[in-house]
Amino acid sequence: MKPGRLKQILLLTDGCSNHGEDPVVVAALARNQGVTVNVIGVLDDRQNSKPQGLDEVESIAEAGGGVSQIVYQKSLSQTVQMVTRQAMTQTIQGVVNKELQEILGKDQTIEELPPEQRGEVVEVVDELGESCDLEVLVLVDTSASMHHKLPTVKEALFDLSLSLNARSGSNQFSVFAFPDPKKTITKMVNWTPELGELHGIFSKLNSGGYTPTGPALKEALYAFAEKPLSDRMKDGEDPYEETGF
Amino acid sequence: MKKRAFDITPGSCLAGKWNGHTYTIIKKLGSGACGIVFLCRSSQGDTYALKVGEDSSRMMMEVNMLKKFSKVQGAKLGPSFVDVDDWVSPDRKTHPFYVMEYIDGVPLKHFLKGKSKEWVGIIAIQLLSDLENLHNEGYVFGDLKTDNLLIGNSRVRWIDVGGVTATGRAIKEYTEFYDRGYWGRGSRKAEPTYDLFAVTMILLEMSYPKRFEKGNHPEKTLEAKLSASPLLKPYRKIIQQCWMGKIQDAAEMKNKFSSILLKRSGKRSSSRMQKRLTTQESDNVELAALSLMAGVVFGVSIFSFWI
Ligand SMILES: Nc1ncnc2c1ncn2[C@@H]1O[C@H](COP(=O)(O)OP(=O)(O)O)[C@@H](O)[C@H]1O
Repeated sequence: MKPGRLKQILLLTDGCSNHGEDPVVVAALARNQGVTVNVIGVLDDRQNSKPQGLDEVESIAEAGGGVSQIVYQKSLSQTVQMVTRQAMTQTIQGVVNKELQEILGKDQTIEELPPEQRGEVVEVVDELGESCDLEVLVLVDTSASMHHKLPTVKEALFDLSLSLNARSGSNQFSVFAFPDPKKTITKMVNWTPELGELHGIFSKLNSGGYTPTGPALKEALYAFAEKPLSDRMKDGEDPYEETGF
Repeated sequence: MKKRAFDITPGSCLAGKWNGHTYTIIKKLGSGACGIVFLCRSSQGDTYALKVGEDSSRMMMEVNMLKKFSKVQGAKLGPSFVDVDDWVSPDRKTHPFYVMEYIDGVPLKHFLKGKSKEWVGIIAIQLLSDLENLHNEGYVFGDLKTDNLLIGNSRVRWIDVGGVTATGRAIKEYTEFYDRGYWGRGSRKAEPTYDLFAVTMILLEMSYPKRFEKGNHPEKTLEAKLSASPLLKPYRKIIQQCWMGKIQDAAEMKNKFSSILLKRSGKRSSSRMQKRLTTQESDNVELAALSLMAGVVFGVSIFSFWI
């Protein structure tokens, strides 16, 4: 099997969307376009109960075929890389299951294979996770309540790049922030193979009292489509593109 | 684990769907991020550890690793593999499980209580010689941490091989405190030196059981904690060398620890012998610990003549 190219949006937020279209619907749309949506809800370290509205986090990720997690700030780094990894494995497994079904018939999944063969398939999935190319668009909610969490977010993104760049497959990252009064989302970091020291990002922020998560996700999806042409040409030969990754 | 709809109590019997072997549950040994581990008895009457989980892929990864290392000659790397199967619970859900060697031991944390300081070095040497074997096989342990270590028969054994990674790949699973990436001391590529760093953190944790966070200056924090630890004073230089990337492999680091321990054993004074990690020990236990330790130090010296 040839390693493919996985596309993910990673949404970091701490609240409930209250503006524009339903983020769950947009996430489902993204999934259809071959983009997985992962969501991390970031709690204050002092917060001791799950605030209302964060259930949305789970629904968005579910619709987007991704992984969700609600965490305290201090575990953000480890969670960001874990969620990204899990989602990669999940997507690859989905593709492998599809192929299994083509060979072995409907309803055949990895779980239903005898342990011996399951072990071999898992090895293949692991290999693909190591060698596939990955594009992660990070979408950060920078509304007022997130402001003091942004240094931790920066650190977590640096850490994510550290984890993923240990793989043999290539990586592309970009970072967007929302809300932005004019364009809904603002590009913070253009597509880059490494999220090094993120100096100065998140310094100029517009924070209104609204959280347009749905529209922001939609813009992020467009941003994926607007990737430089050279990248997209390579994608043309990618077998996974056709299977609707 | 998210949902645990099934109920496995002592005395219940798990039958494998594919291989047909049955296991009687004796008691729960512990639970982890991806499963529960039970002590069990096979129909032949042998005692094993049995892990039931939900995430079948992750369970299979662990099985793949256990199988690999059951084949490694000589040294035992991790519990040996026995069986893998699915169990269908009364509510007709399928749960993957696997069976492995039961390691009858105490967690490292408890083991060290009341032991003489030399045990710090001895544990390091034991760990490093296991790592040496693992690295020679082309693997890196990855998620090496105190929680994954049991001491049985005065020998450290590791459990949970879920993080074992082929050399050169990316580390998939780690715990921040033991991760050199977290401390700004290197990449998350599976290299022998990744495990060596984790060993130094296991040693630091012996001094600081509650661990500590990295703060704004991770490198300074590490240095300060190391300098402030009397327990690690003899090994300070080795640990610093490891952090600076001056130690390339487990064998080299092991030899450094051996030579420190041997040097000390020659001119040990009685007052030094009295320094315990904790002091509430009965004379009997102390005597036993002393003779045991003498044996181990002796064993270590024989060992180092071998190499
Ligand atoms: N082979 C074994 N022998 C004895 N005890 C074991 C064995 N494997 C696991 N355990 C016990 O079960 C606990 C959880 O197992 P572990 O494999 O670490 O779970 P997880 O990988 O899900 O975190 C361990 O802390 C240990 O106490």
